[in-house]
Amino acid sequence: MLATKDVKQLISEHEFLRGMDPKHIATMSEFAKLKVVHENEYMFRIGEEADCCYLIRDGCIAIEVRHPSRGPVTIQTLGANKVVGWSWLTEPYKWQFDGRALALTRGVCLDSKQLREACEKDHEFGYQLLSRFVPVIADRLEATRIQLLDLYAP
Amino acid sequence: MNSPIADPMLPRPFRIQSVRKETTDTFTFELAHPEEGSQNGFEPGQFNMLYVFGVGEVAISISGDSAEPGKLIHTTRAVGTVTQAMARLKPGQVIGVRGPYGRGWPIDDMQGQDIVVVTGGIGLAPLRPLLYRVLANRGRFGRVVLLYGARTPNDILYKKELERWRGRFDMEVLITVDRSTGGWRGHVGVVTQLISGAPFDPYHATAFICGPEIMMKYSVDALTKRGLPSERVYVSMERNMKCAVGFCGHCQYGPKFVCKDGPVFPFTEVKRLLDIWEV
Amino acid sequence: MEHRAGIEWSAQTSYVARADFNALIDALLNHGYIVVGPTIRDGAIVFGEVQSDRDFPVGATDVQDGGKYRIGEHTAPTLFSFAASPHSLKTYLYPSRSLLYSAHGSSGNFAVDAPAPQTPARYAFIGVRSCDLHAMNLQDKVFLEGAYVDPGYKHRRENAFLIAVNCGKPAGTCFCVSMGTGPKAPPLFDLALTEICDDSGHYFVVECGSAQGSAILACVPHRPAEATELHAAQEVVRGAERAMGRKLDTTDIKELLYRNAESPRWEKVADRCLSCANCTMVCPTCFCSTVEDTTDLTGAHAERWRVWDSCFTIDFSHIHGGSVRKSGSSRYRHWITHKLASWQDQFGASGCVGCGRCVTWCPVGIDITEEIAILRQTETDHETLPEEQGNARD
Repeated sequence: MLATKDVKQLISEHEFLRGMDPKHIATMSEFAKLKVVHENEYMFRIGEEADCCYLIRDGCIAIEVRHPSRGPVTIQTLGANKVVGWSWLTEPYKWQFDGRALALTRGVCLDSKQLREACEKDHEFGYQLLSRFVPVIADRLEATRIQLLDLYAP
Repeated sequence: MNSPIADPMLPRPFRIQSVRKETTDTFTFELAHPEEGSQNGFEPGQFNMLYVFGVGEVAISISGDSAEPGKLIHTTRAVGTVTQAMARLKPGQVIGVRGPYGRGWPIDDMQGQDIVVVTGGIGLAPLRPLLYRVLANRGRFGRVVLLYGARTPNDILYKKELERWRGRFDMEVLITVDRSTGGWRGHVGVVTQLISGAPFDPYHATAFICGPEIMMKYSVDALTKRGLPSERVYVSMERNMKCAVGFCGHCQYGPKFVCKDGPVFPFTEVKRLLDIWEV
Repeated sequence: MEHRAGIEWSAQTSYVARADFNALIDALLNHGYIVVGPTIRDGAIVFGEVQSDRDFPVGATDVQDGGKYRIGEHTAPTLFSFAASPHSLKTYLYPSRSLLYSAHGSSGNFAVDAPAPQTPARYAFIGVRSCDLHAMNLQDKVFLEGAYVDPGYKHRRENAFLIAVNCGKPAGTCFCVSMGTGPKAPPLFDLALTEICDDSGHYFVVECGSAQGSAILACVPHRPAEATELHAAQEVVRGAERAMGRKLDTTDIKELLYRNAESPRWEKVADRCLSCANCTMVCPTCFCSTVEDTTDLTGAHAERWRVWDSCFTIDFSHIHGGSVRKSGSSRYRHWITHKLASWQDQFGASGCVGCGRCVTWCPVGIDITEEIAILRQTETDHETLPEEQGNARD
């Protein structure tokens, strides 16, 4: 399936970018590439340069943090139609967590440096992109806050 | 209207048939009616008062199948004096039962609807009878979705049953845990996050929620965001309970008595109260 | 409620001379009743068993205010010149401790014991006030009129002989007129007395409310009351209406409390409230209870007791993970909101009968009427510019 569609089409179909102007889709497809992450493979590691924004088509990426005594602790999992990574949006542009595939995961990777440049060059594009990121960030912040409550604690 | 003069506070002795350990602190009793062949009919969502001899009594929701009223099934978390004493009981021993009490899930009124069950922790126990009822009458409902959140993978109830349900083609089971450290391959995140992607038609669905109050509140927010009106949401509330028949006053939740007006409420009946601190 | 029409007087009233009052007590005793009336004990006028008028607080009155109760001397040798006592009918009809059942066995097996054959007491109460009859009527709604009936309460209630007294001397904490619950006793009595002690003499105008009432009255020397005597009785009640020590504006009160659930005022009350539960113990409508389990030393005999409980205790709202109402402010809010607002949703009537006991017996004098007035005032304050406000309140 993946191979038969071109990157541009995959981007335009992704839920995260729904309603985006075709010319902006075209802009992004210039620096987009397909990316497959195999089960248990790390897609990114904490502290590495956040060089990519990843649109998941299918599969599952776990956001993990290494705990000295407990090993990796999964904080959140992200699956089909979700977007992974906004560390590239703010300095120092480094991943804040580990990202590991829990299953074979396929999607599209947008080059983050070029994304930033495109935003800088075309503020309308930047606005359209950020107005999609802000709800995602708000959503994850809310989820984190609920998680903090430790609802089912003894 | 009035029940006969029989004292509503008197328990009947039921024998424990089996005890199953569900998680480190949660266990399931199967109880047999004292009179052979007798039945203890109930509606999904109702609860019983269980009495441990000399220790005390506690309200526990019924988690068995209402189509098999000969078997009385309760899943309990050992967190207080009475429930910890219950956890020490063994098959063959006797426990006191009063009930069933309260208003259950209005599932029979929801024919043709998609059924969305959102639950967290031990909140799955009072919803299991609803799922049994729905699955036994599968053709009468639209899509059936179970969204279940637990603290960790070790805290998941009814694992075998969930596996079985997950294997069905006519039911969607999505499970998430708040945190995971081991070999868990499933979702991690709060249960409310499952709602946005769950396969149901928000315009033709009814949601049934049971879990901690904050979880229920945020679940309704997420359901509303999907387009499911809060008028089609039902929640099960928990309050301290001593009598279960409206005498003791303990279970008051604003103007509601959880024992007789609930434990299941249309969300709109309690919406105002869920927003106020320490009601 | 303030404007509710007063309770009508019976078409036929009787005259009983003060000198024949003992005949009334004797009639009740002869009918096998344990007679309970006002007596003085521990510095208060409380219900107790009586044999004759010698047990009554002759010539005594009470002085009540926020956090204050004193017995005083009345100007005449009356039997009923005082207001609500710390006791109410609740003390007898819904005892503070009662055995639910006993059981024998072990942790592995048990059986509930058959209840011991009862020879329950039949009580006759003399001096029940209008507020208390209303309160009894409210407790009936809880214990008799729901889907389940409390058999013990039902039994005690059905066997109670009630002699009301129309109040002539309300206390400083009384506000039954505001609540529409007095001072004229509602027709829930077997007999109702109005005591008159003036230049014309010392006597009672008696109304009859039941066949049992007539039967008892028949054993007491009496004659139809003269118009002047009935008029004197009506004046006693009218005088009491005018002498209310407090008032409470009930306009829109349910909504007032519901919309003020998060008022900062609750914190102010909580600063004073000791969570001592006195208000709930003396309240004639408060019905909350808890259960106590006991076992003997062998562990083979267990009992369950029902005891009065109070929503002011922390444990009251305990569920796993802790109490729901941890703060004093939430507990006071729960109590007053239940009393004046949610009672209406639950039972179709206010849970407050204006007896003022909670005001009198609060050790720090927290006053339900004052709190409502302040809530109202706080709301109007929000509609006024700060410079227009009067003196700042605490």
